[in-house]
Amino acid sequence: MTDSGVHASLEAILRHERARLTGALVRILGDWDAAEELVQDAAVAALEHWPAEGVPRNPGAWLMTAARRRAVDRVRRQARYRDRLAQLTREASQMDGPMETGGPLAADDRLRLIFTCCHPALSREAQVALTLRTVGGLETAAVARAFLVPETTVAQRLVRAKRKIRDAAIPYRVPDGAELPERLGEVLAVLYLIFNEGYLASQADVVERRDLARDAEWLCSLVVRLMPDEPEPMGLLALMRLHLARAHARFGADGSLVLLADQDRRLWDRRMIDEAAALLERALRIGRPGPYQLQAAIVAVHASARWHTDTDWGQIVALYDALLRLQPTPVVALNRAVAVGELRGPAAALAEIEPLGQRLDGYHLFHAARGEMLRRLGRTLDAAAAVRRALELTANPAEMDLLRRRLVELEASATVA
Amino acid sequence: MKYMVLISGGETWDGLSEEQQADLYQNIGAWWAEQVQNGRILEGYQLQGAETATTVRRDLNGNVTVTDGPYIEAKETVGGYAVIDVPDLDAAISLVSGWPGPDALEIRPVVERDG
Repeated sequence: MTDSGVHASLEAILRHERARLTGALVRILGDWDAAEELVQDAAVAALEHWPAEGVPRNPGAWLMTAARRRAVDRVRRQARYRDRLAQLTREASQMDGPMETGGPLAADDRLRLIFTCCHPALSREAQVALTLRTVGGLETAAVARAFLVPETTVAQRLVRAKRKIRDAAIPYRVPDGAELPERLGEVLAVLYLIFNEGYLASQADVVERRDLARDAEWLCSLVVRLMPDEPEPMGLLALMRLHLARAHARFGADGSLVLLADQDRRLWDRRMIDEAAALLERALRIGRPGPYQLQAAIVAVHASARWHTDTDWGQIVALYDALLRLQPTPVVALNRAVAVGELRGPAAALAEIEPLGQRLDGYHLFHAARGEMLRRLGRTLDAAAAVRRALELTANPAEMDLLRRRLVELEASATVA
Repeated sequence: MKYMVLISGGETWDGLSEEQQADLYQNIGAWWAEQVQNGRILEGYQLQGAETATTVRRDLNGNVTVTDGPYIEAKETVGGYAVIDVPDLDAAISLVSGWPGPDALEIRPVVERDG
């Protein structure tokens, strides 16, 4: 096997095994930096051995054995870790077992890692960086590029977060009972933030930036596998996949953003949509609806319509009503109002949009939606003013481009009138 | 693991009737006694108001100045503290979440030195 071939397969293997390896080592050593270094050392050892010996049948177990050997060396040098040495030896047999099936021990380690990375005592930025670095296996530089911040900033966030985990004794555990819903919500919020950061980036940016949407989808599918009885991770995964299935239609040939109504629906990945819908069905059958399941259901209704005009707006408004009961936020109310506009016309929508102005005045999509309803009502000058306000409030190049085009159209029709 | 919990009275207190305040104080007293009894609270006190505070500053040369008031002029001042002993931060958050008053509670791990 060529060196580059080994390199590529090691990368793929590490993607799946890193969280499991790091998680097990964190649990035993209680030291995040040491755990990450040991995994790195094991990867280097693989690059030395595999080109000559071939990729082992069970590469995950091979890496764990290599990491464990190095951990034993490290621990031997530090007498105070004697009890941990005993634990390493005791668990040796379990770790050498097949990694593919994993077993509850390995599964717990990865889950513990995810919940600790997303602990509410850490800032959102730190949660995101830790999750991508430790569970997702991204290099610090890759995390920095993805969020357009200097690498030193990300490195500092990681150092501070790991220090707080140690000094404030943030436990390495999966929360249980009454704590679980809120803490799981925290994990899913981090994953959805990562997804949106990738998904909302314009196509031109994606070439430069890592595809965070795919990273988030992968992390979410991991949580679904590890918590098969929880419906909300399934709902979020379905939501992500429903978005990804239609990603190709979101940008025109010139790289400009195409709105849902104008998308070429033949570009949608029907098979992926059907699979995501089936996943959502499975989540809903558990009988504990939540915000992500409802959002996925709304997107699923959109995705099932062959034409924009076929969309079942009545059902979408009903789903927004349910979502609004769980999440009574002005942004959900705004989205609901836009659906009302399709169902009952722009005047009805505007009547629901206007009262939100006090709380959403700084939100560009409030002004964009208001502008659209005003346009449909023929109030061209008011519409143009609203679109101009929306333009002032966003920095996303793709959205700015779309708003500018809309403004040009409005100004043209105002001149004609 | 020992943590210092700094308790800062929220503005909600000002809007309460004397009766409501007395009820809350009673609940806090009962909660506190329970935590002391089960060994989670090692020590702690409610403090007199910030207007009773005196700040002493000392520099490297030993020069001392004494001024009236707390050392940080802030709207939120510490109104009480507790030193707690629990296994980890989750246990600390869970304990502190049971505090009956409408207040903000800051949890800080203490530096424990060996020996």
